[in-house]
Amino acid sequence: MTIPAEAQEAVKRFGISIEDYMLPVHGQIQILSEDGTILPEDQRGSTPGHQYPVPSDKELLEAYRRLVIGRRVNDQNSALVRQGRLAVYPSSHGQEACQVAAALCLRDGDWMFPTYRDAVAVMTRGVDPVEAMTLFRGDWHGGYDPHEHHVGIQSTPLTTQLLHAVGVAHAAKLRGEDTVVLAMCGDGATSEGDFHEALNFAAVFHLPVVFFVQNNQYAISVPLAHQTVAPSLAHKAVGYGMAGERVDGNDVVALLAVLDRAVSLARAGSGPLLVEANTYRMQAHTNADDATRYRNEAEVQAWAAKDPLHRMRHYLTSTGHLTDDVETAFAGDAEEIAQHLRDGLSVEPQLDPQDLFRHVFTEPTPQLREQSAFLADELSREEPSQKEH
Amino acid sequence: MSTVAEAAAARAAASAGPEPVTFAKALTTAMADAMRADDGVIVFGEDVAKLGGVFRITDGLMAEFGEQRCFDTPLAESGIVGMALGMAMNGMRPIVEMQFDAFAYPAFEQIASHVAKMHNRTRGRVKLPMVIRVPYAGGIGGVEHHCDSSEAYYAHTPGLKVFTPSSVADAYRLLREAIASDDPVVFMEPKKLYWSKEAVDLAALREEVEAKAGQKAEGRAAVVRPGTDATLIAYGPAIPPALAAAEAAAEEGRSVEVVDLRTIVPFDDETVSASVRKTGRVVVVAEAQGFASVASEIVARVQERCFHSLAAPVRRVTGFDIPFPPPKLEHWYLPSADRILDALDDLQWED
Repeated sequence: MTIPAEAQEAVKRFGISIEDYMLPVHGQIQILSEDGTILPEDQRGSTPGHQYPVPSDKELLEAYRRLVIGRRVNDQNSALVRQGRLAVYPSSHGQEACQVAAALCLRDGDWMFPTYRDAVAVMTRGVDPVEAMTLFRGDWHGGYDPHEHHVGIQSTPLTTQLLHAVGVAHAAKLRGEDTVVLAMCGDGATSEGDFHEALNFAAVFHLPVVFFVQNNQYAISVPLAHQTVAPSLAHKAVGYGMAGERVDGNDVVALLAVLDRAVSLARAGSGPLLVEANTYRMQAHTNADDATRYRNEAEVQAWAAKDPLHRMRHYLTSTGHLTDDVETAFAGDAEEIAQHLRDGLSVEPQLDPQDLFRHVFTEPTPQLREQSAFLADELSREEPSQKEH
Repeated sequence: MSTVAEAAAARAAASAGPEPVTFAKALTTAMADAMRADDGVIVFGEDVAKLGGVFRITDGLMAEFGEQRCFDTPLAESGIVGMALGMAMNGMRPIVEMQFDAFAYPAFEQIASHVAKMHNRTRGRVKLPMVIRVPYAGGIGGVEHHCDSSEAYYAHTPGLKVFTPSSVADAYRLLREAIASDDPVVFMEPKKLYWSKEAVDLAALREEVEAKAGQKAEGRAAVVRPGTDATLIAYGPAIPPALAAAEAAAEEGRSVEVVDLRTIVPFDDETVSASVRKTGRVVVVAEAQGFASVASEIVARVQERCFHSLAAPVRRVTGFDIPFPPPKLEHWYLPSADRILDALDDLQWED
């Protein structure tokens, strides 16, 4: 078995075993306390080989700006569902720290493979918010060009995208490029077979993939205890010969610290890593779900106290980095994007029935051309009668 | 007997033509030629590297192109196809091997939900130039899960092309076209034909394919035996019994045309309909079980397009609607020349 250079160094430097390096810390990595203060080093949950430097204040202020925008986007989209402008929206309200960190830890040439709940991460990566919402508006099964910002298409089957991430990383590695791929999934998805296959393939081929599991405690209604009895999801990594880490998913400071290091290790050729973020889905699965059927208000309130925005706001205010003016400016940035979403989604999409046939193959088959002509003919005959109405 | 041998020898001497080549060799050569022509073409799957595949179809590729371009994967079909999708997204042209037809089913979600739909979902911005090779069908005495005819699952899935050669030349030509295609292709290889031989000049075929000189085989059925009285429509493993039946029918004075689909998707209605309009009598032959099958689709298309040219109802000779039988029972299942001849006899000739 090949032991990554970083692991060898940690083993030597701290006198720990390779298992200690690969296994996650006890508890989790947390740098910013729930009341918004930076914890002393000995209280961050770190152990030898699991130390993470605190990101710069500049990086943290930008992360906070993105959190404010992400929260606004989530709330705006939920409102647009209620107004009938979106068919559905799986909100990441409460998980914005994970969303923001997932996008900010990557370089331009890197790739991200998101899930359906990761629209805020997709937008933070640079995808136009209205294009990111096409899928949920329902005028096409995807709205953005994955190649433009190196963001895989959001898919509703669970975990299948992890293998696509592995393939993108594999192609990059064969060409000698230093691309890193962030492969995202949730806690429920770790039960799927493709989770196992993706981790194993990435490890066997020693690929620069960071698996980022947002453990928001529920797969629709099913709690984590029904998915696994493993000590944690991060523990699954060691079974594939990769390092796993557990991090407070509502602490954007810790998330950036852990993901930044994971990405730089992957880029340096250490092979894949897995990061599990402990977080909470504050709202129902989607607008079609009723979360009161499977969890109680006390639990939700306990997590509300750990809100990622409040913690960062408190920290940045107390250190003087976040003034009222800056806060107002950030709110303005968020409102601008919310306005863009409202404007973009209030325009009725131009639907072309011939689009149904256009993209099934690079060139339509004779059969698709026939069917396309059939529909065109049917519509041409319908039009006069419709005009009469 | 001697006259046949003499004639064959005379033909060979007269043309000083090409050596006999196996179907398997044509497939291997197609991959090797494509890999030489394009660094992005890579081959992977289970046992394909050092071993050269359980059928030896990838034999020699690792030796020539190295372990970066022909490699073994962990034993997981969904992983193989899902990873291939990502590689195709990122500039490669992967060819993956599913070891056997029924072993490809774990990959079905990746194939049906992602490989088939990505181009459509992204409005053509993500192309997936990948080939999924599937050794399929029976006739080799394979034990359970080794002989399925799974083509209908793929043909039924919009967004997938489905190729299935039945001759040595088509094995080469169609595989080169599949690799060159910007659409994903499920490439169904009738495994009982792997060891069949024909005198084919692969070097000449290579030149023709690379010069894009000939007509593409994709979407073009071939009249592999001309005839005037009835048409047999078949593909892949059903071509040999169809040709044998046509030969036997000729001895009885009946001229039977055989049409080889070559590609199920895209489907060549034009060639099929032209033959049916000419002969007016049709038997569709397929090894797969008949219910809700490719054969059903062919019958439906023929009657929709050629009803007024038909002198008799279209008949089918297909596998029975049963799980593929054990080795000692498969001869009762497989469409035979006799069964095809019986179906031909049923085409209301007395009218």
